[in-house]
Amino acid sequence: MSQQPAAADNILELTDLTKRFGGLVAVDNVSLHIKRGEVFALIGPNGAGKTTLFNNVTGLYQPTSGRVVFDGRDITGSRPHEVARWGIARTFQNIRLFDFMTCLDNVRVGRHVRMKAKLWDSLFKLPREGREEERVTEEAMELLRFVGIAKHANQYARNLPYGQQRRLEIARALATDPKLLLLDEPAAGFTPQEKVELMKLVKKILTRGITVFLIEHDMKVVMGISERIVVLDHGEKIAEGSPDEVRKDVRVIEAYLGKSA
Amino acid sequence: MTEPVATKQRSVFARLHLRERIRDRDQAIYGVLLIVAVVFPLASLYATDSTFLVSQAGHAGTFVLLAIGLNVVVGFAGLLDLGYAAFFAIGAYTYALFASAQLAASPLHHAYHLPFWLMMFVGLFVAAAFGAVLGFPTLRLRGDYLAIVTLGFGEIVPQLFLNLDQWTGGINAVGGIDQPTLPAWITGPWAGANDIAIVRDFNFSFDPIAYYVLIVILVIIAVILVSNLYRSRLGRAWMAIREDEVAAAAMGINTVTTKLLAFAIGASFSGFAGAYYGASFGLVSPDSFLFVVSVTVLVMVVLGGMGNITGVIVGALVIYFILNSVIPSLPAAVESFASTVGLGSLNDRNGDWPGLAGETQRLQFLVYGLILVLMMLLRPQGIFPSRVREQELKHAAVLEEETVVEQAQAG
Repeated sequence: MSQQPAAADNILELTDLTKRFGGLVAVDNVSLHIKRGEVFALIGPNGAGKTTLFNNVTGLYQPTSGRVVFDGRDITGSRPHEVARWGIARTFQNIRLFDFMTCLDNVRVGRHVRMKAKLWDSLFKLPREGREEERVTEEAMELLRFVGIAKHANQYARNLPYGQQRRLEIARALATDPKLLLLDEPAAGFTPQEKVELMKLVKKILTRGITVFLIEHDMKVVMGISERIVVLDHGEKIAEGSPDEVRKDVRVIEAYLGKSA
Repeated sequence: MTEPVATKQRSVFARLHLRERIRDRDQAIYGVLLIVAVVFPLASLYATDSTFLVSQAGHAGTFVLLAIGLNVVVGFAGLLDLGYAAFFAIGAYTYALFASAQLAASPLHHAYHLPFWLMMFVGLFVAAAFGAVLGFPTLRLRGDYLAIVTLGFGEIVPQLFLNLDQWTGGINAVGGIDQPTLPAWITGPWAGANDIAIVRDFNFSFDPIAYYVLIVILVIIAVILVSNLYRSRLGRAWMAIREDEVAAAAMGINTVTTKLLAFAIGASFSGFAGAYYGASFGLVSPDSFLFVVSVTVLVMVVLGGMGNITGVIVGALVIYFILNSVIPSLPAAVESFASTVGLGSLNDRNGDWPGLAGETQRLQFLVYGLILVLMMLLRPQGIFPSRVREQELKHAAVLEEETVVEQAQAG
């Protein structure tokens, strides 16, 4: 604990986080901290509880016990929309776009939480609502350009190729102006070329001052972009450290390859 | 050099962007509807010399208003509401009670005669409040469960108005409802007067043309407000919830309050419509708001094109026309058809046979059902679907085709 930096440097701190579903312990007493401005990776075999941990952070699940502190604020048990307002955005393992809305509208929905228009403004199309809509449309277009799918702005999200859907989901998450971005297996199903581009995109996201917390299976991606890694197995944290340290860890090798005979 | 000259020579037609507007289907439909709304009363007065059709059109307008409101709930936010008529009833009774002698017989012992223009907005807010009250505990439910709860609400409300007879007169209904008044009104040959003139202190007093003008204005206002909402922060939030509630919440949308707003706004339009209905009929009775009204409005929304305002308006008009014009005229039409083809003997009553007209009368809801099934088969996406529904159905068809191909390949 002594090497842990001061709290102000940590954007997210999980303390003894546990999530039980009936008799099943999906996340077991996990503590970790993420420093501002780093790329932090969560890895582990299938069913290790990685996505469950994400869901506990973003308010989709209520943790059974433990604490989630984001940016100095205890957000344990907050509702998803509150978590988003405080500055955590996420993508989903199995892409969850608004399929029958245009790409532009998907991103504008992401902007929702930073918009001020009230019911009356929209109902009567007051000038300030019009100005806000204009600004938000520009911001959304800028984000679409940022992830490289601006030319599809007016297409339904449904009709994008798979790789671009993942990009659109990232753009939508960025639209909420997050301080912390959670990416749930962003490279799943990608070709090697797409993976390289994704890594570039993550680095670009870092330059916007956003901390990235990702779940990823692909070791090349994980080792290539993350500064620190935590390994989960059966809900428990079994290792933590730099990519090199984790790679050599005996328990990690066991978890992935099984105990050697 | 040639370009500036070309722009100078652009016609009025081009300057109004008429061509682009016509290409935009919704704009074109609004244009046609507006023209019909103006021409229809003049034409029907000229052709039939009675205001019957105009008063029918006014009544149809009530349903257009209801369909526009229900479309916010069902089409935009994707919440199935089977008890929509309850809010209609609440709006109608709110106006009826405070604009008639009814409350003099109640424990209040005082009759209120508040002006229509005020009560229209009161009815709107009361219905919206009830929408919120119903929505608050139930909107955590999803899909089918929400539908069942709204169905229950739709059954309870008319029963309440029936059984609270001390206040509402119960089965005797509330009659003698005040008519709206205006400080000035224009009259002319269309209203039976000789010249165009300005009437002072105008009282609507069941004048079908005045009511027609009123409902057209109300519908126009409703269309403008709802289109504004559709293209706003709130409208996008509704659609996001319809598409994926979990993702919407993760994007910072408070799903409970957003759905509540859809419910309340949908309800407020029927409150609006209720006040108009109370005034134009002068009578409000519990059996005008039964389940069949909720279903009819839902049919209008679905058949017209869920989520698309123009589609919903056209759907409401078409269904109203079928229900109130086509179906009632069927028995006579069938009878005369039988006579012309030489089967006149079928028209006579004979033992258990009620005559062809009587039999058609008995089967009228079968016919209505057949028409609905046919319309759904021919245009499953609605008369004028929203682009979203169009895409969804296309997408479903493609998926189906893909699985068929896959199965064929596997087999």
